[in-house]
Amino acid sequence: MKPPPFEYHAPVTLEDACVLLATLENAKVLAGGQSLIPMLNMRFAFPDHLVDINGIPDLGAIVADRNLVTIGAIVRQRALEIDPQLALVAPIFSEALPLLGHRQTRNRGTIGGSLCQLDPAAELPLLALLHDATIRIASAGGRQRSVPMDQFIGGYLTPTIGPEELVVGIDIVPWSEGHGYAFYEYARRHGDFAIASVACLLDLDDDLRVVRAAIAVGGIGSVPARLPTAESLLVGFSVDAEIAAEAGRRCADLEVVGEAEGQAAYNSGVAAALVRRAVLRAFERARAGKVGR
Amino acid sequence: MTAVTITLEVNGKSHTCTVEPRLTLADCLRHELGLTGTHLGCESGVCGACTVLVDGASVRSCLMFAVQAQSKRIETVEGLAGASGMHPLQEAFRRHHGLQCGYCTPGMLMTAMELLTENPNPTEEDVREAISGNLCRCTGYQGILAAVLDAAAELREPAETRP
Repeated sequence: MKPPPFEYHAPVTLEDACVLLATLENAKVLAGGQSLIPMLNMRFAFPDHLVDINGIPDLGAIVADRNLVTIGAIVRQRALEIDPQLALVAPIFSEALPLLGHRQTRNRGTIGGSLCQLDPAAELPLLALLHDATIRIASAGGRQRSVPMDQFIGGYLTPTIGPEELVVGIDIVPWSEGHGYAFYEYARRHGDFAIASVACLLDLDDDLRVVRAAIAVGGIGSVPARLPTAESLLVGFSVDAEIAAEAGRRCADLEVVGEAEGQAAYNSGVAAALVRRAVLRAFERARAGKVGR
Repeated sequence: MTAVTITLEVNGKSHTCTVEPRLTLADCLRHELGLTGTHLGCESGVCGACTVLVDGASVRSCLMFAVQAQSKRIETVEGLAGASGMHPLQEAFRRHHGLQCGYCTPGMLMTAMELLTENPNPTEEDVREAISGNLCRCTGYQGILAAVLDAAAELREPAETRP
């Protein structure tokens, strides 16, 4: 249970980090280390070099206003949980973050690390997908590119990012003030990766009809996924128990992974129940937001 | 692999040692500095026994390399007791039977220290959430909950000053 030997690099500028990634063979980026270090301790990974990006100050900022939320790659999950400005413009973050691992792992774990690890049951990739986030990626020579989250997801645990590239941050456009939101997940123990997790955002018009909906489901497939058939089902209607249940049944459209007998059907059923609850809860909150103004 | 010389501040004392980059903070504390109060259970980030405070934040010391702790302020269970005896949190664990074998205790104590610094008046639910990343296989957690809540009350208003 000890990590294999590696050379350690601690660049203090983004360009230095990118040059290291471009020139070193078999190098891995070390962000919060809460997934990578267990993999090293268990000898699942054997990098020759670790490039520790924790000392690059440019990557640690979080700026949240009504028009744009910009989060640096090494912002800790705990910072996202308690940031008051983020809670104001995108309150689903402070609802979801306490479910992410435990206090001790949130104190180290980063948003960039979660996005690159891309666990199908992880909360932050799900929230990024829900918000149609943009992922900013850098490489040596000052090159930068941006990728929408749905294209950043390449497959199971696999982001579409090269070994010489580095995620530097994520941009999110917050929904309108007073939007409805809800995050539900079901795990066997608090802090475990979820069997199913669901995030929902709703915007209503003055007649309390849905004008915009986003629903994302994690845990049941090989990657987090949006549920577009349920989203379009809701638009134009007010939400009641019946339409929420119908939205939940649209989970049947999603890819489900399950090895044990009955596991896929069970996990899909859990997701359907969570979609129903999330849609109802998001609607209640959006309605309260309308009535409150 | 290239060894690195680092300086760590542990419980207010500065230590310099030369370590391989792959040495975890937990192993550095135990083997290089002889601070064996920090325990290692799973070494994969699950059990929480190795929890220490780094710049005031609870972290799993098996999931951090010693070289990353350069110039950081580290607090371990050895730093809790003072000249006048055990810390009120430790006293509360003893009173409430918050430990049996003691293996998880250093991690429980350090996590509770962070919680009580941030939130001097936690609810039972707050305590349960805070220690959800610390596994105990002896006591069933009830004694631990009672100890943390009692210690919180004691730290807000020491018994001798109460009417």
